[in-house]
Amino acid sequence: METLLEILGELHPEIDFETHKSLIDDKILDSFDIVTIIAEVNDRYGVAIPAHEITPENFNSASALYELIQRLMDED
Amino acid sequence: MRKKKIISFVILILAVFTLGWLLQKLLMPKYMTKIVEGALISEYYDEKNKDHDVIFIGDCEVYENFSPITLWEKYGITSYIRGSAQQLIWHSYYILEDTLKYEKPDVVVFSVLSMMYDKPQKEAYNRMSIDGLPLSLTKIKMAKASMLPEEDLITYVFPLLRFHSRWNELSEEDFKYWFKKDKIAHNGYLMRVDVKPASSFPKPRKLADYRFGDICYDYLDKIVKLCKDNDIELVLLKAPSLYPHWYDEWDAQIVDYAKKNDLLYINMLDHLEQIGLDFSTDTYDAGLHLNLSGAEKCSVFLGKILKEKFNLADKRQDENLKAIWQEKIDAYYKMKEEQYKELEEYGYLLKFNLKRAEEDNRLQ
Amino acid sequence: MLFTSYEFILFLCIVIGLYYTIPKRFQWKLLLVASFVFYYFSGWSNLIYISVTIVSTYLVGVKLGNLDKQQKLYLKEHKESLTPEEKKAYKERIKVKRWRWLLLCLIFNLGILAVVKYTNFAIANINYIFTLFKMNELSFVNLILPMGISFYTFKTMGYIIDVCRGKYEPEKNIGKLALFVSFFPQLIQGPISRFDDLSKSLYEEHHFDAKNFAFGFQRVLWGYFKKLVIADRIVAAVLEITKNPETYDGIFVLVGMIYYAIQLYADFTGGIDITIGIAQMLGITVTENFNRPFFSKSITEYWRRWHITMGTWFRDYIFYPLSVCKPMLNISKSSRKRFGEEIGKRIPVYLSTITVWFTTGLWHGASWNFIVWGLLNGVVILVSQEFEPLYAKFHERFNVANTFGFKLFQVIRTFLLMSSLRILDCYRDVGVSFRMFGSMFTKLNINELFNGSLLKLGLDVSDYVVIIIGVIIMISVSLVQRSGSVREKIAGKPVIIRYAVFVLLFFSIIVFGAYGIGFDSNQFIYNQF
Repeated sequence: METLLEILGELHPEIDFETHKSLIDDKILDSFDIVTIIAEVNDRYGVAIPAHEITPENFNSASALYELIQRLMDED
Repeated sequence: MRKKKIISFVILILAVFTLGWLLQKLLMPKYMTKIVEGALISEYYDEKNKDHDVIFIGDCEVYENFSPITLWEKYGITSYIRGSAQQLIWHSYYILEDTLKYEKPDVVVFSVLSMMYDKPQKEAYNRMSIDGLPLSLTKIKMAKASMLPEEDLITYVFPLLRFHSRWNELSEEDFKYWFKKDKIAHNGYLMRVDVKPASSFPKPRKLADYRFGDICYDYLDKIVKLCKDNDIELVLLKAPSLYPHWYDEWDAQIVDYAKKNDLLYINMLDHLEQIGLDFSTDTYDAGLHLNLSGAEKCSVFLGKILKEKFNLADKRQDENLKAIWQEKIDAYYKMKEEQYKELEEYGYLLKFNLKRAEEDNRLQ
Repeated sequence: MLFTSYEFILFLCIVIGLYYTIPKRFQWKLLLVASFVFYYFSGWSNLIYISVTIVSTYLVGVKLGNLDKQQKLYLKEHKESLTPEEKKAYKERIKVKRWRWLLLCLIFNLGILAVVKYTNFAIANINYIFTLFKMNELSFVNLILPMGISFYTFKTMGYIIDVCRGKYEPEKNIGKLALFVSFFPQLIQGPISRFDDLSKSLYEEHHFDAKNFAFGFQRVLWGYFKKLVIADRIVAAVLEITKNPETYDGIFVLVGMIYYAIQLYADFTGGIDITIGIAQMLGITVTENFNRPFFSKSITEYWRRWHITMGTWFRDYIFYPLSVCKPMLNISKSSRKRFGEEIGKRIPVYLSTITVWFTTGLWHGASWNFIVWGLLNGVVILVSQEFEPLYAKFHERFNVANTFGFKLFQVIRTFLLMSSLRILDCYRDVGVSFRMFGSMFTKLNINELFNGSLLKLGLDVSDYVVIIIGVIIMISVSLVQRSGSVREKIAGKPVIIRYAVFVLLFFSIIVFGAYGIGFDSNQFIYNQF
């Protein structure tokens, strides 16, 4: 979780990712951000988030995203 | 609540139709000046006494060349000219069909010049021939038969869809004649008293094919049948205009057709002397159309034939008719006088030379 | 059948009339028949193209569904006996199979699109190379582009990819799938609906709902207003300017740009209003395709608000898959090592962005104009992305970001930028487009606007009055829209005002619409027989 928050914080230092729950709906994360996040996650967690997992539900909050990463790690 | 809604909805629909009708009335061309022949077709429906011995159908060769007033004055024949600009044969057929809804004449005179056209020529002429008819199945059939490829049938049901873009050229005329138009013709005769002597015409071109189009023959057959079914005598007529050239080959076909169908065919070009036509005084546009003097001469000639051939009664003593026609005669001579006065004052007729009139106005 | 033809209006009346009178369970079937009839009017051969796409998509969809079932069944039956490795291997095998079917379907349908849309473009380019080497040129093929093929092909591709990804079950009824692909209001210009988005309300039974119907009808009218009164009127000037670049350069390029922006907006959003309005009259909800795009403050925002369904399509089915696929992630990794964090991070985004915009351009039309247009869009987006830190600094220093003036500046800047790019949309080739763009700066002479030449573009004073009033109405509606639906607002007014608005709108279209044979008194000039 720490690593993830770090990744997100680098992109948008002004946002409090621990509490924000509508990152996509509020248009805070754009498609460039998402791609960057996925590349970073792949780099640090070794998990590749497939395209069809890019949904508002999975990216609206840091915790949702973290859950997704956990799930994908388990599947491997 | 529901009832209220329905009522207000009905009001809305009524409002839309009323407004649409008002707009349509306003935006449709009035044809009160310049191209007055556009008003001819609708004028018939305002006529109170729709009961005539003779009905003319055809293009300018009827409405410029014959005067029902003269026919009445001279022979006591009641007649009406249902002519319109470049009335093609299918126009003529449907106009006759529509006329027969109102009256049964003894004789129908059809001007055969339009046999030369087997295709619609110009949208504007379609509008002038069709728009004047009240909405009916006949009108729809007529529009369908006449339309050019770029035209839509619905614009004949709702002419607003055709003339809507006139909003930026609305003139005083459109407001003045929004609801009521002037009478411009005398039982369908369009009067002009000015004179422009005929000069020489270019030699007629040789045509590749002189046979009239099949579709024209089809419609001529239909006209013949319509008259037969209604016990009406049909007369085929070629009026004495010098142009467009009436080819001998065309004449022969009509002679032939008349013989086969046992019809009277009068080619007035063969009787110029007898009629007494003088193309240096009897035409207002150098031989294309006749002026009042020419039209009266033609009427005298034609009336005699019709009267003798079809035993048309002299109705001049009919009190009822007398009153009706006296009114028409008065209007006729009043217009004649006015036109002469105008001619004297300006040298031309204002109504038909709007451009010239405007220019002269500016110069003064 | 064009939306603006009398035939279409008649067709629509018949369809809607039947729709609410036949038994409800036949409603979607009626729409299917209507869609095919509608499509038939654009040429019967088009029916073959769309049918082939429907059938192939249907079959592959079912196949994918079966593979999924097969997998579930197998795993359930052998729950105990299989080792996790074996399970994984089995899943992998099925996955490969699914991918093969997907690929087959995509290549097949995209192939049809490619052949009919791009063959001649490819031949033209090959010929260009051939002439360089003095070789014989190939002749062009005569293929008719089936109406709406780009739109319905993209719909089916989205559907089949989603099915393959397991987002939803494949449609088992080929008729229903056919209706999704061919739904007539959307056939010509979108929106590119997603299956999960549209299908439910498309197949549902709909009772006549007066409010919904009235709202739909109002939206249709509004669409016709934009299209007939504004777009079809101003188009004359746009064509006059862009077809005669030799005559109209300098300031006229700017005029053309702005006129084209008005035309395109009125035409495209008007068409979509008609589409969505018709669907609403039928009780069907179609995704919005625009969100007041000309109020955007940046080009990325613009592309989120203009032709939305196309943008999200490219994002979901090209941009994301491309930028997060394994090879791309590997490229990212290795380039970070080689070029450092800053550059390496950008490589996937750059590559995907350029690819997406190249394909977006190509999708718009088979010509270099569109390709260059697409690429330029991509470049502008990337450049503005790079400038972001700079903007941030600027805003830190000057606290203007929230002032009206600055926002207006941003909106106008974005509008002009997008309009400049659209020059490529108008002129006959890329060279002319750039030359014209350049002439705006080299031959700028504002006085040319005031010597009466604006009235020689095919528009007279009265046309300008109509266009200006129309544009003012469009802008006002958009402004009002920011705080909610305009139709809802009107619905809250007394009945007399509601009806007045409706009647006014209706008759403005009838009277001021640029349709039909223009009444030209000149043709009445005396020449009768």
